Amino acid sequence: MDEVMAIFVSRINWWVYILLMMIGLYGITIKQNFMKKVIGLSILQTSVILFFVSIGAKKNATIPIIEHAHDAGYSTAEAGHFINPLPHVLMLTAIVVAVATLGVALALVIKIYRQYNTLEEDEILQQLGEDK
Amino acid sequence: MKAMGLVLVVILGGMLIFGSLDFPLWGDPHSPASSHVSPYYIEHTLADTSVPNIVTAVLADYRGYDTMFETIVIFTAGIACIFLLRTFTSVEPVSRLYRHIPTGITLRIKKGGKVPEDSSDFERLDAAWVPYDLIVKSTCRRIIPFIQIFALYVIAHGHHSPGGGFQGGVILGASLILFAIAFDLRSAIRRISERLTAFLCALGVLIYAGTGALSMLYKANYLDYGALAGLLGVDPVSARSHGILIVEIGVGIAVMAVMVILYYNLASAGRQDEGL
Repeated sequence: MDEVMAIFVSRINWWVYILLMMIGLYGITIKQNFMKKVIGLSILQTSVILFFVSIGAKKNATIPIIEHAHDAGYSTAEAGHFINPLPHVLMLTAIVVAVATLGVALALVIKIYRQYNTLEEDEILQQLGEDK
Repeated sequence: MKAMGLVLVVILGGMLIFGSLDFPLWGDPHSPASSHVSPYYIEHTLADTSVPNIVTAVLADYRGYDTMFETIVIFTAGIACIFLLRTFTSVEPVSRLYRHIPTGITLRIKKGGKVPEDSSDFERLDAAWVPYDLIVKSTCRRIIPFIQIFALYVIAHGHHSPGGGFQGGVILGASLILFAIAFDLRSAIRRISERLTAFLCALGVLIYAGTGALSMLYKANYLDYGALAGLLGVDPVSARSHGILIVEIGVGIAVMAVMVILYYNLASAGRQDEGL
């Protein structure tokens, strides 16, 4: 029982991100409404961002900003004392890019609504079939 | 169809959960992600660039190319939003609303009626009428300058504390969007015109790419800020720190402008006439 509990405790954060990813993927693939698809896309992005940030964590380490004093010279930093900065760098840009691409997605949604007066995928496919 | 999709998603999730059993434990200092290139960054950043915030140093110096192209992605997203949505054919609405400011009376003027001239007595309202909200407007008027100063602080202190161009740019953009929400889209556009936002978003990318090109003129690699030491009048290690600051300012300008462009176009569906 203790072993199962240990596995559960050490993996629970990955599982939460996988669950979020499943919710997002379900929204993208199954939902018929484009707005809901965009929301699903955002949830998927969030899960990936959380996953990467979680990779960067280290036990007994602090944020990756070295304490320093002005003109104190360069002290050496030990890798074990600071968390991994790389996932933070990648996700920092990914979050802002996610916002910008979300804007483009919403612009496309507005454009589609203007063209077809609906955001339901099946109704749009029906209208496209009638055009032929 | 629905059931099939659900089954596929559950199978994928199950496989990932099964795979997660082989992951390193959470917070393991010897996990593969933390044991190759990341110790180098942590141990050498201060000596290489004199920037104590490792995230900023990696963002703008070690991985400068990546960040430059991320900025270009944001720039492209803003431009794409303009191209997708912006329409210049103005549709005359059925009626327009004006508020007579001294009395607070709202006037509805039908198509073809006499529209009040631009005077300080009348202000145009959006078609979706909202009551005059003194509390929201005065609160925002007082809070926005502080938000903007905080944003500039976040950009300028990106080396020494958490922050940087992306975060500061988003805060600066959010303050302008807050202004546009609290007042209306037209008064926001009067202050920061569409032309200015487009110019700023190109300027930000130009500052970034130009800094890289400038270091090429000093016979160094692209984005190798150490070469700017002579120009900035500091030693090569400090020049990297200053180069990062210049680049972060460019990123902040570009991100701020793109956030505002996205809001202007999405809120008014490209007409930039009446918004939220």
